[in-house]
Amino acid sequence: MSTPALAFRDLTLGYDRHPAVHHLDGTVKAGSLLAVVGPNGGGKSTLLKGIAGQLPSLGGSVANGFPALAYMPQIGDLSRDFPVSVFDLALTGLCSRRGLFGRISRSDRDRTYEAIGRVGLDGFEDRSIRTLSGGQLQRLLFARLMLQDAPLILLDEPFAAIDQRTIVDLLVIIENWHREGRTILCVLHDLEVVRQHFPESLLIAREPIAWGPTATVLTDANLSRARSMSEAFDREAALCERAA
Amino acid sequence: MLLYDLLIGPFIEFPFMRRALAGGLAVSLGAAPIGLFLMLRRMSLIGDAMAHAILPGAALGFLIGGLSLGAMTLGGLVAGFSVALLAGAISRATLVKEDMALAAFYLLSLATGVLILSGAKANVDVLSLLFGSILALDDSTLLLIVSISSLTMVALALGYRGLVLECLDPGFAAGVSRHGALFHLGFLALVVLNLVAGFHALGTLLVVGIMMLPAGTARLWSDDITAMLGIAVLAAMFANLVGLLVSYHLGLASGPAIILVAGLTYIASLIAAPLGLLRRWLPRRHLEA
Repeated sequence: MSTPALAFRDLTLGYDRHPAVHHLDGTVKAGSLLAVVGPNGGGKSTLLKGIAGQLPSLGGSVANGFPALAYMPQIGDLSRDFPVSVFDLALTGLCSRRGLFGRISRSDRDRTYEAIGRVGLDGFEDRSIRTLSGGQLQRLLFARLMLQDAPLILLDEPFAAIDQRTIVDLLVIIENWHREGRTILCVLHDLEVVRQHFPESLLIAREPIAWGPTATVLTDANLSRARSMSEAFDREAALCERAA
Repeated sequence: MLLYDLLIGPFIEFPFMRRALAGGLAVSLGAAPIGLFLMLRRMSLIGDAMAHAILPGAALGFLIGGLSLGAMTLGGLVAGFSVALLAGAISRATLVKEDMALAAFYLLSLATGVLILSGAKANVDVLSLLFGSILALDDSTLLLIVSISSLTMVALALGYRGLVLECLDPGFAAGVSRHGALFHLGFLALVVLNLVAGFHALGTLLVVGIMMLPAGTARLWSDDITAMLGIAVLAAMFANLVGLLVSYHLGLASGPAIILVAGLTYIASLIAAPLGLLRRWLPRRHLEA
C-alpha cells in the first residue's frame, strides 16, 4: 500500500467566487496513472492549475506530498517566436536542477538529445522554435517534461493537435513514466484512449461525478450525468450552503 | 593621411570627443542588451514610456539641486523605479497588463512633474534633459555611466538563464522557480538604471534609440539570442562611433547623429539582413523537403 501523496479535502476552485471544481474529496496515491475527464468547463484544467499552485482555492485544500511537479498547461505562455533553438528549449527542462549557474554536463546534453529523439524530433535540434508546427512544439514540450524528471506530472490535454502516430509514441512515454513509479494526472477527451491506457479515472463536471477504476467510472450512467452539467455560471447563484 | 583625419584624428585631438566616445561605448554595452530583452518581451515601447517617467524626476532634481549630477540622477532613479516597480508588481498581481500599468504610472509621473515645474516657474533647461549633452560629459558623469553599464553586464551575466526563461516562457519559469518576480522586477530596475545613465549622454528621449534600434537590428540578423546580444552591442557601438564622427565632420548635433546612424543601420538591415525584406522580395525556389 503506497502512501497517499496528493490529497484533496473538500476542495473548491474557481473564478470570481463561481466554482469550477466543487467540493472535491479524495487522494491520488503515489504511482497512480489517473485520467481526468469531463465536459468543457467541467473544471479539469482548473484542478490541475490548483494542484500546480497557480490558483488559490475558494475553499478546502490540496495537500501535495511530492517534492516536485512538472505541469504542462493546455495553453502555455511560451513565446513562440523567441529566438532559441529546439535543443535549448528542451534544455530548459533541466533548469530546476541546474539552476542559474549549474554546468550542463556531457550526460545532460546526451539526455536532452535522447529526449528530443524520443518525441520524434531528431534532426530538429538546431532549428529555431518558430519553425515548428503546433504539434511539433507540443512534442518538444513533452521532451522538456521528460527532462524535468518530476515525480508528479500534470498533463492538460497533451494530445491536442497531435497526429495519431505521435499519440502512440507519447502514450508509450507516459506508460514508461508510470512504470518508473511516477504519479501522472492527465486531462483527456478521447475516452477510448482513457479506457485502453489509464487504469484510473476521475470524471468531473464541476461536481466530482465518479472516481476509481476506469471501467467503473466511464459508465453510460456516469457519462450522461456529466453531460447534463450546465456550462454557464449562474449569475444569480446563491451562496453555497456546503461552504459553511 | 585622409583616413586618419577622418576616423582617428578627432579623438586624438579633442579630449571631449574621447570622453564622448567612452561614454557612448559604455552606454552601448549596458543599454543594447537591455533593449534586446525589452524587444523579446514585446515591450519595445516601454523604454519610451519609462523615459517619460524619468524626465519629471530628473527635472525635479534639477529644480532642487540645480545642474548637479547627483540630484538629477537621484530624481530620475526615484521616479523611474517607482513607476517600473509599481507597474511590474501590479501586472504580476492583477489582470492588468504590464503596458497598461506602465502607461498609467508614467502619465501620473509626467503630469505631476509638469505640474510642479510649471508652478515653480524656474527655468529648467528642458532641451538638454531631452536630448542630452554627450560632448560635455564630465568625470563624475562618465564614472556614473561606466558604473551603471558595468553593473548591468554583471547583473545580466548572473541572471542570464533566469531572464531568458522568464522572457521565453513565464508560466514555466513560475513553475520551476519562485524567483520569477525577482528577475522581472530586477530587469525593470536595470531598464531604469540604463535610461538614467543614457540620459546624461543622449537625453531622456534619445536614449531609448540606443536601447531599441540595435535590438531591432540584431533581430534581423540572427535567430539565436546569444548571437543577437553580440550583434546588438556591436550595432550600438558602431552607431556611437560613426555618429560622433559624422557630427564632428559635418558640424551636426551629436546625440541625434548617433541615433540617426543607429536608425539607418536598422533600415539597412531591414532591407538587406538575412531575415529582412530582400529575402521576401526575391524569393528563391522552394526545396524538395
